[in-house]
Amino acid sequence: MADESNERKKFVLSCPIPITEYPRIVLGHGGGGTLSHALIEKMFVPSFKNPFLDARHDGAVFEIGGRKVAFTTDSYVVRPIFFPGGDIGTLAVNGTVNDLVMCGARPLFISAGLVLEEGLPMETLWRIVQSMKNSAEAAGVAIVTGDTKVVDKGKGDLIFINTSGVGVIEGDHSIAPKNVRPGDVVLINGDIGRHGMAVMSQREGLEFDAAIQSDCAPLAEIVLKLLATGVEVHCLRDLTRGGLASAVVEIAGTAGVQIDLDESAIPVSGSVRAACEFLGLDPIYVANEGRFIAIVAAKDAGRAVEALRSHPLGAEARPIGTVSDRRAGLVTLRTTIGTQAIVDMLSGEQLPRIC
Amino acid sequence: MKFMDEYRDAASVRALAGRIRGITTRPWTIMEVCGGQTHTIVRFGIDELLPKEITLVHGPGCPVCVTPAELIDKAIDIASRSDVIFCSFGDMIRVPGTKENLFSVKARGGDVRVVYSPLDALKLAAANREREVVFFAVGFETTAPANAMAVYQARRQNIKNFSLLVSHVLVPPAIEAILSSPENRVQGFLAAGHVCTVMGYEEYRPIAERYNVPIVVTGFEPYDILQGVYMCVTQLEEGRSVVENAYTRAVRREGNVKAQELIREVFCVVERKWRGIGEIPRSGLGLRDEYIEFDAERRFGVAGGTSEDTSECISGLILQGVKKPHECPAFGTRCTPDRPLGATMVSSEGACAAYYRYRRFSSKET
Repeated sequence: MADESNERKKFVLSCPIPITEYPRIVLGHGGGGTLSHALIEKMFVPSFKNPFLDARHDGAVFEIGGRKVAFTTDSYVVRPIFFPGGDIGTLAVNGTVNDLVMCGARPLFISAGLVLEEGLPMETLWRIVQSMKNSAEAAGVAIVTGDTKVVDKGKGDLIFINTSGVGVIEGDHSIAPKNVRPGDVVLINGDIGRHGMAVMSQREGLEFDAAIQSDCAPLAEIVLKLLATGVEVHCLRDLTRGGLASAVVEIAGTAGVQIDLDESAIPVSGSVRAACEFLGLDPIYVANEGRFIAIVAAKDAGRAVEALRSHPLGAEARPIGTVSDRRAGLVTLRTTIGTQAIVDMLSGEQLPRIC
Repeated sequence: MKFMDEYRDAASVRALAGRIRGITTRPWTIMEVCGGQTHTIVRFGIDELLPKEITLVHGPGCPVCVTPAELIDKAIDIASRSDVIFCSFGDMIRVPGTKENLFSVKARGGDVRVVYSPLDALKLAAANREREVVFFAVGFETTAPANAMAVYQARRQNIKNFSLLVSHVLVPPAIEAILSSPENRVQGFLAAGHVCTVMGYEEYRPIAERYNVPIVVTGFEPYDILQGVYMCVTQLEEGRSVVENAYTRAVRREGNVKAQELIREVFCVVERKWRGIGEIPRSGLGLRDEYIEFDAERRFGVAGGTSEDTSECISGLILQGVKKPHECPAFGTRCTPDRPLGATMVSSEGACAAYYRYRRFSSKET
């Protein structure tokens, strides 16, 4: 079994066939799973090769004039554009803010590029812009530059938003996947799966009446609070597209460690769990917009949980897994019935099962 | 969650596994028919809990896996037409036909949509009268009633731009095909609980008698699966072979009579080809003559024709329980969920994909 697993891992890392056999982009390439990963690893990274990309972080970290700066970008395409707990505007600000925070940075400035589809109601745009304003204020960032383009009707999905962000890293934190060490503890700040299920509950053809609100929230305050306590934080990662599972698999691969998760410890709300069961989805792969994992030194785990719990966005914070050096890149899940299963990245997005 | 946690409770699951160990005196090979059960077994590592004498083999009950490549090719042909909105359950979109999958059609501009119910496809047809809406009707007896209802309603509401591409399959003939194969090594079956919710379990009685094989109607949670295994092993050890129901909270002997009536109103039993296995007589459902106007194969002139998988895929042997996924030389190397050689590597219910994703290993190896 051990050999088989290694063989598979080797294959995933050194597949000689470019991308996969898809001659065109399919939706799965944007799903945050192995297809997205293949695009990054086989097309983008080799083409743009530099040490900042090689860090495989949520953003790039570099020095300008003696200050450590984090820089990141993200594009937002979501349907429906308004969903319980937020809209594309809150996502566009919080998502980029959170990517900066995951580098250990205090977010300062963001840009906003809007691609609008001809015919978008002005009222809709106004609501989105107000959401962006409110989210920026709440996160303590300023939207300092922007751009607007309009495309023909039918050539866009009402609105696409790109945001980039800059933040400064205070103190000498070095937070990146490569810093994860055997013995570290994986902490999470709250229950998973809300954002993905909130959006899905509103999609055409799936109007289930679930009271699931997106967890979309800016994570700057809680993370900076955690860092201020002086605990040894090795890696931070927000659990967006691809969910907890994809984030952990990615980190285990980059850091060359094994990560063992405990399913019973991973918080999932009753309504998310019910909706996932109903659709045949696994909550560990469902997207979040206000959840993150902090991988910390074991000696500091208790203090870190305490610090997280003292913030409203971390009320449910707890340890969910541990890091070891047993097998590089492997992620396991101790299931609720006490057996062990391998956690892998999905190919693309999770698709509901048939029966 | 209420009504589910108790079936995933570590203590009761382990206690039941202990009882299975207590009654097992020799090797038995048991097949779980349904892909949903395979998913649970591999996701939760259920076979880790069983005594080494018991081998679980994975059956043909994954609708995505057994839908023949030529039907997917037909789906691709139809979905490529500019006048068509092609609707399917999510899983089917990723399955390769002989050349490509429905995702690729979508990428080329085809209007391919994931729906969660055939009735949603019917709603789309009512709202888009100028276009043809086709629903890919796959699945076992479980999905047949809703698909029948969609056609029934289409006729009642006079929605003429709606049709089904039908690839329905039936469980009992598949079990018979497996049992009558000279390579068969299955000694007991866990029947698919949800199929029996619709159909009841009377139709399994003649099979149990004729082939001298215990058949236990089984649910989908870890405790359910072990309960099915426990009852099956009990019969095997005692030399009995009858049909028993381990899923009483969902299945009654007679099943859902209304749903069966609806299936009979719209569908009739036909010969079907199973991917990787071949033709099985009287093993599928097709539209009755009274509803033939809703048959997409006829409407779009894609009836007939066959195509074969030419790859080294051994999914046929896997679906019949003759081989396990990791016994395939291509498993995990030339065949992965990103580049599947066969359908069993595509669906989360497919045995190969389940093994790939959740492949278990003993704790000392980790």
